[in-house]
Amino acid sequence: MALHESRYRGLLGWFDSRMPSVMIAFRAHMSEYYAPKNFNFWYFFGSLALVVLVIQLVSGAFLAMHYKPDANSAFWSVEFIMREVSGGWFIRYMHSTGASFFFIVVYLHIFRGMLYGSYKKPRELVWLVGSCIFLALMAESFFGYLLPWGQMSFWGAQVIINLFDSIPVIGPDLSTWIRGDFVIGDATLNRFFAMHTMMIPTILMGLMGAHIFALHDVGSNNPDGVEIKDHLGPDGHPLDGIPFHPYYTVHDMYGIGVFLIAFFAVVFFAPEMGGVFLEGNNFIPADPFQTPLHIAPLWYFTPYYSILRATTAGFLPFIAAGVLGYGVLTYFTVRLMQVRIAVAAVTAVLLALLVGPTHLDAKLWGVALMGASTTILFILPWLDRSPVRSMRYRPVWHRGVLGLFVVAFFVLGVLGMLPPNPGRTVISQICTGIYFGYFLLMPWWSRMGDFLPVPDRVRFAAH
Amino acid sequence: MKSPACTACPAIPGHVRGHAKEPPQSCTPAPALRMRLVAICLALLAGVALAPMAGAQEASLDHWPTERTSDPAALQRGARLFVNYCLNCHGASQMRWNRLRDIGLDETQIKSQLIFSGQKVGEMMTVAMNPRDAKVWFGKAPPDLSVIIRARNTEEHHGTDYVYTLLRSFYRDRSTLTGWNNAVYPNIAMPNILWQRQGPRVATITHVEWEERPAADGKSGPERVLTKSVNVFDADGYLTTTKTVVADGSPETSVAFAPSDPKAAAAVDDEVADLVAFLNWMSEPGAATRYRIGIWVMGFLVIFLLCVRWLNKVYWRDIK
Repeated sequence: MALHESRYRGLLGWFDSRMPSVMIAFRAHMSEYYAPKNFNFWYFFGSLALVVLVIQLVSGAFLAMHYKPDANSAFWSVEFIMREVSGGWFIRYMHSTGASFFFIVVYLHIFRGMLYGSYKKPRELVWLVGSCIFLALMAESFFGYLLPWGQMSFWGAQVIINLFDSIPVIGPDLSTWIRGDFVIGDATLNRFFAMHTMMIPTILMGLMGAHIFALHDVGSNNPDGVEIKDHLGPDGHPLDGIPFHPYYTVHDMYGIGVFLIAFFAVVFFAPEMGGVFLEGNNFIPADPFQTPLHIAPLWYFTPYYSILRATTAGFLPFIAAGVLGYGVLTYFTVRLMQVRIAVAAVTAVLLALLVGPTHLDAKLWGVALMGASTTILFILPWLDRSPVRSMRYRPVWHRGVLGLFVVAFFVLGVLGMLPPNPGRTVISQICTGIYFGYFLLMPWWSRMGDFLPVPDRVRFAAH
Repeated sequence: MKSPACTACPAIPGHVRGHAKEPPQSCTPAPALRMRLVAICLALLAGVALAPMAGAQEASLDHWPTERTSDPAALQRGARLFVNYCLNCHGASQMRWNRLRDIGLDETQIKSQLIFSGQKVGEMMTVAMNPRDAKVWFGKAPPDLSVIIRARNTEEHHGTDYVYTLLRSFYRDRSTLTGWNNAVYPNIAMPNILWQRQGPRVATITHVEWEERPAADGKSGPERVLTKSVNVFDADGYLTTTKTVVADGSPETSVAFAPSDPKAAAAVDDEVADLVAFLNWMSEPGAATRYRIGIWVMGFLVIFLLCVRWLNKVYWRDIK
């Protein structure tokens, strides 16, 4: 069979004429993928997430060469890595710091999407796949945190797995199935190791690929929320688009340079980050007979943990009032009769389960709200009814609403790290209300106010 | 050498630990958001959320003299104390004897002056005590000390300060199994291992706390009164308690030790500081290397950053 006629010469030409798919993919996703030229600071975090993923995969592989997933030796095998393995401390600190930086980067990446309406049509699938990545990332970090087999690893996993216990009917069996035993033990550690090193990373990589494919099919959004494909030049490429490679590869390299300085400053000078990235309690081997005084999950889970703790029996009537108000609001603002009936039915069922004689335990509601707080991201594209994408052309007070949401999220995160007290519980309840209110009321508030005219082309000042 | 005993309260004779808790401070962050309303909400939330944090502080700990972190003489003295006093019950199962070369000892010194158990220099610093026996003898197996300083790190205090204060807070108490108790870790299973060097001490533990008492008229509900209880443990561990109602003040706990031989007690304070220096080094023997390499890595990354910044600038010149 004849060779493929290559457009390249030399070694690359030899290669390309035998396996053209590589260069076809390179052109489609790099050198001939046109990205808007007006990306700003917030657009660094997508490529940074990829960088952190690579750091985690590589450092994780080297850790797995020395780590022993065995309840009797896991803790000390980590300490063995820290002391006896050449450069082991470096690999381990990269991995532990990388976990926290993954979440920092991903939270900022999600915030970017919310700021510029990146999830809006036609990019809903990009957002949905991204939300799946976020869930997979949380699973990955949950499984991984058990592996050092310290006190916090053990008791953190204990708290989370016990949450499944509260699910009616299947709960106890489900939690036993997750543990592989009636208590957290060797079987749990082994399966968490398998999940952390094989199952979830594979899923994560697949989802990352899907995220990028979905993005490249519809094209990137930009800070102005303008569709660059609406204005094509004579060559058929967007007038405001520039090839991703080399322009954004060099641009992202610059971002990566700054990122690496921050990352390695932590790795080398503050790997414990004052007990936030590596907790003191986790330098004590797991002891099933000694519960630590204060159990807190790692910082990136604390906002959701706060929502769980905020859902006390006393909070249920307030949730019921919220559900009732929301039901009434929806009932009187939708036109379709079928939808109205459905809304009324759902509201009635929720009220019965919240405050009726058949009401469910507050703990279960806490678990449900915690689950909802992470999965609500999935429906964001359909909640936002704003006629424009970018915050730049929305009413100024929309920024305040987003800001309030960010503050509530941050406060929930801080409170989740602290032991609860009555005052803090009230604050976390208020913030839980703000958190859900932001999303659930979005169909109404997102189209209120005076929107600015969106320009035809992106705004860009040459560097 | 100057005594490392509590420098915060030099006016009080003997060693005095524990200071009145600071009043809760309200924390008002600078408004960072454009909308004033949001800023006010933030300030209120943060103020209410963080105020109890300052109030819930634990009894204050003494500060371990951090200048001993990388002082080879202190580390070597600490190693000697560790081997003589700790390494009978507590192991350091992650420490290899010959790693002590990192603190300036050579193998001959390690073999002749530190290894008493006939172990080889490449072996780990383990103990012969069986953890099961230890549990019978002390009620709890002595923890391995390889990473003990890091294990005692919390967001409020550093592990070095905790261990430094703990080891100097033992007092005689007739009511416990070992005859020893500890002001930092009440009912500790461990006896005061340095007692012969330290000499007898009288401990005075003062609690000022709110207490509920039936009202004087016997009709209305219980009233809250601030009581001050002074518990004096004499050198033989006999307790005398005097309880008084105080008119004003705030809840606090303070501990004071009156050694009968202040010179010996001060010398032990100094020794414990060395011992903690060694424990701290042992918690992460590679820490010094980490810092040293880190500076080179930072240097490289700054040069890398300048290069990619220039590259970015050159490429983006054609984008108008």
